[in-house]
Amino acid sequence: MATLKDLASREDLLTGGHRACAGCGMTSIVRQILLVAGKNVVVGCATGCLEVTTTIFPYSAWRVPFIHSAFENVAATVSGIETAYRSLRKQGKIQEDMRFIAFGGDGGTYDIGIQALSGALERGHKMLYVCYDNEAYMNTGNQRSGATPFSAHTSTCPVGSVIKGKQQFNKDLTSIVAAHGVPYVAQANGAFWKDLTTKVEKALSVDGPSFLNVLSPCVLGWKYPTDETVEISKLAVDTCFWPLYEVDEGVYRITHVPPKKKPLGEWTKPQGRFRHFHQPGGEALLARAQAEVDRRWEKLLSISEKPRKPGQ
Amino acid sequence: MKIVGLTGNDAVAEAMRQVDPDVVAAYPITPQTELMERFAEFVSDGIVKTELVLVESEHSAMSACVGASGAGSRVMTATSANGLALMWEMLYIAASCRCPIVMTVVNRALSGPINIHCDHSDSMGARDAGWIHLFSENSQEAYDNTLQAVRIAEHPDVSLPVMVTLDGFIISHTLERVEILEDEQAKKFVGDFSPKYSLLDVQNPVTMGPLDFHDFYFEHKRLQVQGMENARHVVREIGKEYGALSGRDFDYFESYRMEDAELAVVALGSAVGTARGVVDELRDEGKRVGLLKLRVFRPFPRREIVELLRGLKAFAVMDRSNSFGSYGGPVFSEVRSACYGQGLELPIVNYVYGLGGRDTTFEDIRRVYQEIEQMASSGKAPDDIRFLNVRE
Repeated sequence: MATLKDLASREDLLTGGHRACAGCGMTSIVRQILLVAGKNVVVGCATGCLEVTTTIFPYSAWRVPFIHSAFENVAATVSGIETAYRSLRKQGKIQEDMRFIAFGGDGGTYDIGIQALSGALERGHKMLYVCYDNEAYMNTGNQRSGATPFSAHTSTCPVGSVIKGKQQFNKDLTSIVAAHGVPYVAQANGAFWKDLTTKVEKALSVDGPSFLNVLSPCVLGWKYPTDETVEISKLAVDTCFWPLYEVDEGVYRITHVPPKKKPLGEWTKPQGRFRHFHQPGGEALLARAQAEVDRRWEKLLSISEKPRKPGQ
Repeated sequence: MKIVGLTGNDAVAEAMRQVDPDVVAAYPITPQTELMERFAEFVSDGIVKTELVLVESEHSAMSACVGASGAGSRVMTATSANGLALMWEMLYIAASCRCPIVMTVVNRALSGPINIHCDHSDSMGARDAGWIHLFSENSQEAYDNTLQAVRIAEHPDVSLPVMVTLDGFIISHTLERVEILEDEQAKKFVGDFSPKYSLLDVQNPVTMGPLDFHDFYFEHKRLQVQGMENARHVVREIGKEYGALSGRDFDYFESYRMEDAELAVVALGSAVGTARGVVDELRDEGKRVGLLKLRVFRPFPRREIVELLRGLKAFAVMDRSNSFGSYGGPVFSEVRSACYGQGLELPIVNYVYGLGGRDTTFEDIRRVYQEIEQMASSGKAPDDIRFLNVRE
């Protein structure tokens, strides 16, 4: 496991100067992942914030080979690269040991890209798929996705006088991926660097597909101050909205148990998309959201190895 | 050279065996299925070194092809009809990324209504995607075109994907006499692929498929146009080289008994075989008729085709697909447009035929020649598209 000092001394493979928003959770997540992956890596990216902000021709922020082709197909595109690698390596035309990482947002992963993802997982390509989940189509201005939480305001499910934001709960994509029986699946969060980088190390070491679902706060969509990204990230974990866990060869393991499970309202309060939760009449909605968080957390506890002590 | 009996699908599978691509990514669809089944046997028996990726959709098939091609490998695939339609988005992206992918399209009517038999609505609908299109008259040409397609696609002046088409069932499932090159000859002709860039070159990282705005997009499209223009001479050069090797010359088209012809039909695909027979019969009857078989639809050989049509008294263009609401099918539009301003004052008529696998017989083609003979006499073409052998 890499130390912070060690990681800090490594070359940043996603350079500064890209066009991501101030406070964006995504780029710090990608940089942490690349610090672990190193230079012998090929990155594929779905259409979305990451691709759009890092590759405006004639500039590129990527110091590793990078390909973007379309929105719904990064898993398929990278599976093609990985297959070419296996073919050329088998023929002795390439010697290096290489890794392959696909990045997609929640739109490109939970929704339009889930078929390509499922196919690639089933085929067993040795690749890491990372979903940076900012919980809506943020690249195009915050439209509802399958990852948008219950009652959150988006531009296509606005909080109106009759309908209060998204009427459904977010899809449990991590469980869907885990159901494919791939060697390594985990949920992570950019504010927990040690947990994230350890999971990346594990994910890149398995012989087969691996998947990380990383919560990626979006300043514009979630509507919070740019300097609170780390705090918002931590609160998602401490409220158990976004538990940190892994499914390692089928064994569920919670990798960070909050010292004290905070009420969901502590995470939603600083976010403008949940403003109505904290206004008169919003209590019932918040209570409903809380009940679902509790249900999922209890279920996770019930299927996981006995957690270590709180705080670890 | 050896002579074998092969269906169109088997003939293409044979060509693919000899090319031995690094990666094939494909999804089954009638009538392409047997082609990939045959190739999968070569993979399972270790006859080829290819890594075969059996994806979960045609969209992912073309996406995987783009990734594998970006990684510097030689890539092939095959599809039909709705499968091609599902690839639509990726066809354009493959071409704009300058991926030299070779794809067999076993032509089948595009739904709906759903139909598994031949017409050209699938590949003709993709005519503006930026792919080179080669049409095949029979199993032999499907084999020959496939080998040439690899060279055309990978030529450094071109670097574009190539679509080789063959008529579903009519060619794909019909056993024919096919001359196959010796493996060594075919492999030597195809050669090794040396990509200019590769995603697997970590020492020289490249970014492929970036966001390209109004300040550069147009220039990139202009370069893509140039690649397609360059294909004009490359298609011819490779056709000649292949001719020297196989004894079968290939050009943009083949003209049949056109020397002193007054009437002609322009066609592509398997209907050419039928038309050839009709031409022979009519010639025996003393009619001065000819036939122009179009092989290369993209890039469209507009200058050369006009020179062959000049001197006729009337001609018909056969389209095995519709372009709803336009004046004529895709081949007609191209040919007629090519004639504009070239001093050809003669009746030109469009026949749409064979949709959804409707048979096109000797009698049907004879009727076409009879009608254009009348048009030649009157000097007038009908004001609309003609539909051949349909209940109206």
